[in-house]
Amino acid sequence: MSVPFYVSPEQIMRDKADFARKGIARGRSVVVVQYADGIAFIAENPSRALHKISELYDRIGFAAVGKYNEFESLRVAGVRLADMRGYSYDRSDVTGRSLANAYAQTLGTIFTETAKPFEVELVVAEVGASSADDQLYRLMFDGSVSDESGFVAMGGSAERINTALSEAYTEGMSLADAVALASRVLADHGDEQPRSLVPQQLEVAVLDRLKPRRAFVRLDNARLSTILGS
Amino acid sequence: MAGDRRATMGNIIAQHDIEKVFTADDYSVIGIAGTAGLAVELVRLFQVELEHYEKIEGVSLSLDGKANRLASMLRGQLGLALQGLAVVPLFAGYDTARGLGRIFSYDVTGGRYEEHDFFAVGSGSAFARGSLKKLFRTGSSTEDAVRTALEALYDAADDDSATGGPDVTRGIYPVVGVVDATGARILGDSEVGPMVDQMLVSRRQPRDPAHGGGAS
Repeated sequence: MSVPFYVSPEQIMRDKADFARKGIARGRSVVVVQYADGIAFIAENPSRALHKISELYDRIGFAAVGKYNEFESLRVAGVRLADMRGYSYDRSDVTGRSLANAYAQTLGTIFTETAKPFEVELVVAEVGASSADDQLYRLMFDGSVSDESGFVAMGGSAERINTALSEAYTEGMSLADAVALASRVLADHGDEQPRSLVPQQLEVAVLDRLKPRRAFVRLDNARLSTILGS
Repeated sequence: MAGDRRATMGNIIAQHDIEKVFTADDYSVIGIAGTAGLAVELVRLFQVELEHYEKIEGVSLSLDGKANRLASMLRGQLGLALQGLAVVPLFAGYDTARGLGRIFSYDVTGGRYEEHDFFAVGSGSAFARGSLKKLFRTGSSTEDAVRTALEALYDAADDDSATGGPDVTRGIYPVVGVVDATGARILGDSEVGPMVDQMLVSRRQPRDPAHGGGAS
């Protein structure tokens, strides 16, 4: 019997993390921004059918970057968990925190126990009665969670986008300003020629605080054109 | 779709303000008759299933798909129905693919039947249907259609003891759901109340001394 080479746990974890980071860095980015009347999700995504942004529950939205089949299975699991819990107990008992916890558990288990970690990063956002009650959870591929406020960027150029957002973001922005800002920072690729994103290249949705029950609304091209045109 | 507000337990009125008409999703409404506890639960599960499908798939079920799903849910309750705990829903929605409103009725075995123009379910449905048969007009406005439904409920309550009439003293009016190309909504009492009041005024008749009663 041959003896396998010894690889330290630190090395295994580092390799897995590097692998996941590389996978995520290949994809286009997603930005989640709080605005005066809710939370906006903006992704550079030319596909009309393969969504990176989705509704989880009445007041809870989901955004993801990375490998489509992996975050899609997480999204479906989240919708299922939310609907099951809301049906078993009450709709008010489904919270962003509990969903973020469930995702953290799942991602953490997958990262430590399987050979190939998920190459995804998620945001779970819940819109509250006021912007102070809004919740933004960012979940990493290894199951670590961070509680963000204001804005979050994920994906290939997350670091650069986060820096750009921290310079330009102001609390209580209008929806139009928030979407315009996000599309500007998503378009900026640093060294390349300056470019701008047209509505067809963007996937945008909001959790609208003012809507009564289901707050999640996708913004279609016509609505985006008016927002970005002005 | 309009529903009265009475729930009965034998010859007792169990509840004066039960709701029997609900929006099922953005483009459909559902009304219930039969065992209240099971019926309300059926509606709740149906609503969750439609929303769940929409979220998972990114598009809503077709209207036929929704109607078929409701049929199979009923079929699953056949055993209970045979023990006397029947639920009979009425389902209606706007078919966005075909651009028209459609009505579906059911039996306890899960039979699904598409109805034309109008339909009624429940203990007073025979009287309501008779009323609808006389009052229904093709192409009437939303408001006229609602008035027709309110008249039919009144006629049902007139002759069926398990159907409740409008309770003006408590301000309890029928629940009315409307579904069209713009979506499904439940009308508020501020809209239904005045229509019911007008109906009551128009139905009021001078007292006929031959019917007796009252001091003369």
